[in-house]
Amino acid sequence: MSIVRWIAATHSVSWVSVMAVKEFVLPDLGEGLTESEIVAWHIKEGDTVELNQVIADVETAKALVELPSPHAGTVTHLYVEAGTTVAVGERIVSFEVAGAEPSPAPAEAPPNLVGYGAVTESQDAPARRPRRESGPRLGSVPRLESSGTLPRRSTPPVRRLASQLGVDLQLLLGTGDGGIITRADVEAAASNPTPRAEVATVESAKANSAAAHSAAGSDSADSITVPVTGVRRLMAEAMVRSVTTAPQATVFLSVDVTRTVDLLAELRATPEFTNLRLTFLSAVVKAVCSALARHPEVNSRWNDATADITKFRHVTLGIAAATPRGLLVPVIPAADSLDLAAVATALDALVKTSRAGTTRPADLSGGTFTISNVGAFGVDAGTPIVNNGEAAILAVGAVARRPWEWEGQLALRHVATLSLSFDHRVLDGKQSSSFLSDVGLLLSNPARAFALA
Amino acid sequence: MSGLVQLISADGQRLPAPDVETWVADIDDERLLALYEDMVVVRRIDTEATALQRQGELALWPPLLGQEAAQIGSGRALRDDDFVFASYRENAVAYCRGISVTDLVRVWRGTTQSGWNPFTYNMATPQVIIGAQTLHATGYALGIQNRGTDAVAVAYFGDGATSEGDVNEAMVFAASYKAPVVFFCQNNQWAISEPVRLQSRTSIVDRALGFGIPGIQVDGNDVLAVMAVTRLALDRARRGEGPTFIEAVTYRMGPHTTADDPTRYREPAELAEWQVKDPITRLATYLRARGVLTDESSMAVDNTADQVAAELRAGCLGLADPEPLSLFEHVYAAPHSRLAEQRDRYLSYLQMFEPAGATR
Repeated sequence: MSIVRWIAATHSVSWVSVMAVKEFVLPDLGEGLTESEIVAWHIKEGDTVELNQVIADVETAKALVELPSPHAGTVTHLYVEAGTTVAVGERIVSFEVAGAEPSPAPAEAPPNLVGYGAVTESQDAPARRPRRESGPRLGSVPRLESSGTLPRRSTPPVRRLASQLGVDLQLLLGTGDGGIITRADVEAAASNPTPRAEVATVESAKANSAAAHSAAGSDSADSITVPVTGVRRLMAEAMVRSVTTAPQATVFLSVDVTRTVDLLAELRATPEFTNLRLTFLSAVVKAVCSALARHPEVNSRWNDATADITKFRHVTLGIAAATPRGLLVPVIPAADSLDLAAVATALDALVKTSRAGTTRPADLSGGTFTISNVGAFGVDAGTPIVNNGEAAILAVGAVARRPWEWEGQLALRHVATLSLSFDHRVLDGKQSSSFLSDVGLLLSNPARAFALA
Repeated sequence: MSGLVQLISADGQRLPAPDVETWVADIDDERLLALYEDMVVVRRIDTEATALQRQGELALWPPLLGQEAAQIGSGRALRDDDFVFASYRENAVAYCRGISVTDLVRVWRGTTQSGWNPFTYNMATPQVIIGAQTLHATGYALGIQNRGTDAVAVAYFGDGATSEGDVNEAMVFAASYKAPVVFFCQNNQWAISEPVRLQSRTSIVDRALGFGIPGIQVDGNDVLAVMAVTRLALDRARRGEGPTFIEAVTYRMGPHTTADDPTRYREPAELAEWQVKDPITRLATYLRARGVLTDESSMAVDNTADQVAAELRAGCLGLADPEPLSLFEHVYAAPHSRLAEQRDRYLSYLQMFEPAGATR
């Protein structure tokens, strides 16, 4: 029973007296979070703080929260700079505290009480709990490993022993069932140390990557490393997920959109559109929704778990928007039920809220098809990456006047290139080309909408 | 009784309400000041617990900021032998029942499965499953009927819970059997991020009518009005007239829990609108005008609140983690071979840490 008592003892309260330095580690501010970003410090070293005085703003995956000081005393050290993403359990600040006060239990991740769950933010997380693979799965893809090596399998007591004996599990080959590292392996390694050179290489490589990771932007003579947080981090993860799960292909179509350009100019002069920002993108939205009605298979998604396809009855249209924080894809719900004026209004509102950073999470989910207006950046075409949970994405290139065949002659016409990337599990080349050509047809001759509707 | 019941307006004026105020005729200045102190203290408890969560001392905390009057007004209307079935946000009601501040946070620190013995305080431990406690309340009320006492079961839940099946079933049974139960709904306007206007086409109180349960809508930020209508509802139940539904119209000024960020789904203007209706400010205005709340008595109240907060902090930090094997203790009343097997397996797992522990 002594072991049990020991565990209990390490968690109990201890009393310290007179002047003591207290370190504060980043707690799990939500439920089941593994890291958070220190957005701003409200204190500096040497400051005197009161208990519960706000010392920092911290952004988690769930909320931006204020951090109240856990002690009254003097700030002795800030361990991380503002803008840094810190792992839960990492020390962030220390205080010099007068007199005796109960010191809190050692910071270990508190239990997840309610099943809210949280996204796994860190690449380290899968390494802690290696998944048991049960034979080949349909559509399985190699997992990305940050270190490039597979994590070694072991149990928590063995990992604890290894860390206490200073044994690096990555250097061991397990002799247990299925290659699992046992206590005996660790003890053997501890009594018969690995050749020094090998250890040093691993250690220094680790130190380098740790330094690059933890600094808020560590600069050297020829490079600058910047931390990736918030929206940009989510974008990176979403892109990896899309590219590693959905086989994608892209088809292109260049279209003479002069008639649409003329029609929009004509409409802008009418009373209904006087106060609206009627853009070319609005017309693309209308064309896409009409074409989706004819090609419902494009307005759909692939379900990994069940290996089947869900077709949506309505179009929840995502619009890729560049914001100061990174790429966001806010959606227009039931876009297929909107008329042109309503589309223009919705697009305008969406651009404004995403630039202002006030897009609500609810407006970022549930998309069934996405449009990326890369033409806004002056480029002709692109190979967009399909948004997770959708079957296709359309990139709209810049509308430019180009020499084009027009009624048997060469003329300067408004031309735009459309690029459609699609999830090849859901759609084939014929289906996606047919859809894209319908979108092109509508933009080259908007009057064709009569025939389609 | 129709319309919103109010006795003290948002700007601290006493309003006439002849058919309601008789229920609080005994609440003199001194007792009103005590209600004021209760509200200040529970707000301070709430602030301290929120800070403790941010400091890593609690896993989670569901703040009640803004709902003090709804909980204190009703909690202080109860008799000791009434029985409360609450959700996770009714910490002020628990405070009224005499539950210690340390017991309030034990569960949220993860050191126990249950913060208190329900039968010591006649209050069940917080129900996290939305609305499930209303069934327990109705069932308990049927038990009271069988025993023939005049105690009452009180179920606390929110606006979102009224859309749950459990709550509807509880009301059907309570109405059918005329069970002595009070359904006390704090309509705090938000079911996490879902506004009440999206989930109910009628006002929440009107939902009760469909079950044949009389409903009262009260200004949930008016502690006196809340106490009056709760007493009225309790009295109906004690006299065998069956259940009453109270909709206390209030506002959750903080996040749903410490893991939530309300600025993502609601406008700052809405919060500002409700800050004007703050339950504590309005009672302070009223009591100051009457000369009952002075700088001196206000400071005394604040000191009491600070003391309770310090007690909460010390109590929370002093909670020891349970022995790992105690996990198995309260699963079955009698020995159970499968459980004993699991316990032994876990013990041998813990013993695998031993040499590591010895070197620490």
